[in-house]
Amino acid sequence: MSLLIQQTLIYAVPLMVVALAGVFAERSGIINLALEGIMIFGAFIGVMFVRLVQQWGWFTAAYAAKDWVAMQGFALLAMFVAAFFGCLFSLLLAFAAINLRADQTIGGTALNLLAPALVLFLIRIIAQQNTLSMAIGDSPSWFMIKKSMFGYGRTAKMGFLGSTFVDKAYPATYVCLIIFVVMSVLLYKTRFGLRLRSCGENPQASDSLGINVMKMRYSGVAISGALAGMGGFVYAMTTANCTANGDVAGFGFLALAVMIFGNWKPLNIVGAALLFGVFKCIAALYGSLDINGDGVYWLKEIGVSPNFYRLLPYAITLIVLAFTSKSSRAPKAEGIPYDKGSR
Amino acid sequence: MKKRFGLLSTDGGRTIVASLISIVIGMVIGALVVLIVGICTPTIGLKGALDGVRIILGGLFVLGERTEAGALAFGFNSVSMGNMLFRAMPLVMTGLSVAIAYRTGLFNIGAAGQYLMGTLASLFVALSIPSATVPAWIIWTLALLAGMLAGALWGAIPGLLKALLNINEVIACIMTNWLAANLVTWAFEVSNLKNVAEGTKTAYIYKTTFNNVATSKLGLDQLFPGSQVNGGILIAALFAVIVYIIITKTTFGYELKACGFNRYAARYAGIHDKRNIVLSMAIAGSLASLGGALYYLSGNTEFYWNTYQTLPGEGFNGIPVALLAANNPIAVIFTAMFMSMLSICGTRLSQLTAFNEYITNVIIAVIVYMSAFSLIIKMFLGRHARKDEPLVQAAVALTESLKPGKAPPDAAKASDPKPISLDKGGADQ
Repeated sequence: MSLLIQQTLIYAVPLMVVALAGVFAERSGIINLALEGIMIFGAFIGVMFVRLVQQWGWFTAAYAAKDWVAMQGFALLAMFVAAFFGCLFSLLLAFAAINLRADQTIGGTALNLLAPALVLFLIRIIAQQNTLSMAIGDSPSWFMIKKSMFGYGRTAKMGFLGSTFVDKAYPATYVCLIIFVVMSVLLYKTRFGLRLRSCGENPQASDSLGINVMKMRYSGVAISGALAGMGGFVYAMTTANCTANGDVAGFGFLALAVMIFGNWKPLNIVGAALLFGVFKCIAALYGSLDINGDGVYWLKEIGVSPNFYRLLPYAITLIVLAFTSKSSRAPKAEGIPYDKGSR
Repeated sequence: MKKRFGLLSTDGGRTIVASLISIVIGMVIGALVVLIVGICTPTIGLKGALDGVRIILGGLFVLGERTEAGALAFGFNSVSMGNMLFRAMPLVMTGLSVAIAYRTGLFNIGAAGQYLMGTLASLFVALSIPSATVPAWIIWTLALLAGMLAGALWGAIPGLLKALLNINEVIACIMTNWLAANLVTWAFEVSNLKNVAEGTKTAYIYKTTFNNVATSKLGLDQLFPGSQVNGGILIAALFAVIVYIIITKTTFGYELKACGFNRYAARYAGIHDKRNIVLSMAIAGSLASLGGALYYLSGNTEFYWNTYQTLPGEGFNGIPVALLAANNPIAVIFTAMFMSMLSICGTRLSQLTAFNEYITNVIIAVIVYMSAFSLIIKMFLGRHARKDEPLVQAAVALTESLKPGKAPPDAAKASDPKPISLDKGGADQ
């Protein structure tokens, strides 16, 4: 059970953050279809940063001394770098959509094509293969916290809470949760958030009240890019052993679906992300999942093909969308380029 | 100079120029990336980078081997030419698929999944019917039809969701893409079509030459000896013409366009908008799946079935093909050839230099990015063109002279000499 909760969180939290990234863009009036591409780019930048820093030997001493606080600082730094470059990458979309009034769907698709192409082109030249990995060690040995760090022995038990939320967990997941809360408050409880949301509903009215629509939309897309870039790196770090291969398996699109299903609201998004997280987790771990702790791998033993579990998240998405579509309410002005002259 | 403005004076001409600008910018950025990466990488250097740029621009005409001095040799390469036509075939079909959906205002990003479903159905039919008892051409035709039907059903799913529940077709298409990838893997995994005759290969399906159900070459292999080309490209071109006729010459095509412009106005005019949305997606699906069917029925391609984590690039490259062609079915044939030329260049690049084929995807992405604001480029071109037209010039001159502060030149001369000395236009006259 604790494995299921832990793994679900590992999938659900990046999903939440990336879905919130989508909310920031859409609430400001820009459809950000490029979430997938920005995630791919952020994952690449984060892994590249980790690799470079390892090659420079900055954290080697801390790694040898098992100084896990320093290691977590390193992970935070990499997350920040990934967020920064994700933000830069998303400005391509912002420029096309805001300044040039381009078709946002096509612009987003272009970034989704660009990110894997550019990333794979560079990875092949850097690593002579299609996967870029860390220079030294692997993701668990660098970024995971383990019970031994708190003085527990190999056989000592940490209790349910300890073994679920502390042992073998990535603190990056919790950092993402905190960022999710902070950014939700920013969007819903501050003056800036109100102004940003108004630009996605009625930009003409916002403009008449002296709000700079262009600036608000730029900040919406930039925040969106930063969150998605960070989410991409956290996804790569926690589920792909800190490697980048120009692919996040449709995770960015799942985040878009979570956003729609969550009705563009943070609390609903948490619920939606947890639902998808459970199915993603089952798809990844169906063979080693012991749900009620009786030593029986039930999902494996009922003899359903692994292909079924793999297609489950996508099928569920479609079904859930079909059932919730009636109550869904998208920001009114999303996808429409702002034109001062139109009414 | 005059001729250029002649081209710019019509809407179609401006579309062509806008597409050409997108292509040029895409190629330049691709070349720049290669140049920068090459110079920054010590093992490649300036010489390697320049070779890379040469292949990006003229990869179609690179001969297989380097000369003795180590330089690239250029010339007519029948293998590359034929392969370009061969690889253009699925792109024509996916391009048509995206184009016809776009006419109805739908963005068909699900061509990849439809392509996979077409591959699945046609390969199952082609390889399951015993060719000893049934003539090969009947099996081949049945396989094509099965592929089209599977794609039509698969494309209809997002169409139905859009028409009945108003679910964004982009999200629905993406989900059906991944569903298709998983379903295809599952179906082939339990099938007995996996290639076990050639022991070294894992996760491949038999080629259709295995039971002699391959697309006819129609003599094209003699035109381009050594290449993979076959009659499929002619079938694809035929479909382009059919789609062109449907869109421009039939009531149904007009109804599709009307739904694309304004779904609610179309409904007001008595057009079944829901039916047309579903039909448009079904046709788009069958076109995309026909691409998959043609590609894998050709006999010299093998399908890698363990594909649950990857989607075929042909599906997504249908988007730039359609965008560059401005959704014109006839133009799709040519833009598809351009895209397949890029892919040949990419293969050449990874064979002959230290670079790899992914740079062509960068170029394609830049082209799509440019296409997103091709409308702006067209408007910009239009503005420049109008300045040159004699009628517009006359109108501009007339409005200038009618401005309140500016009296006709000779009247100004008489009343007040001072402005004339300042106003060059007046002095010339």
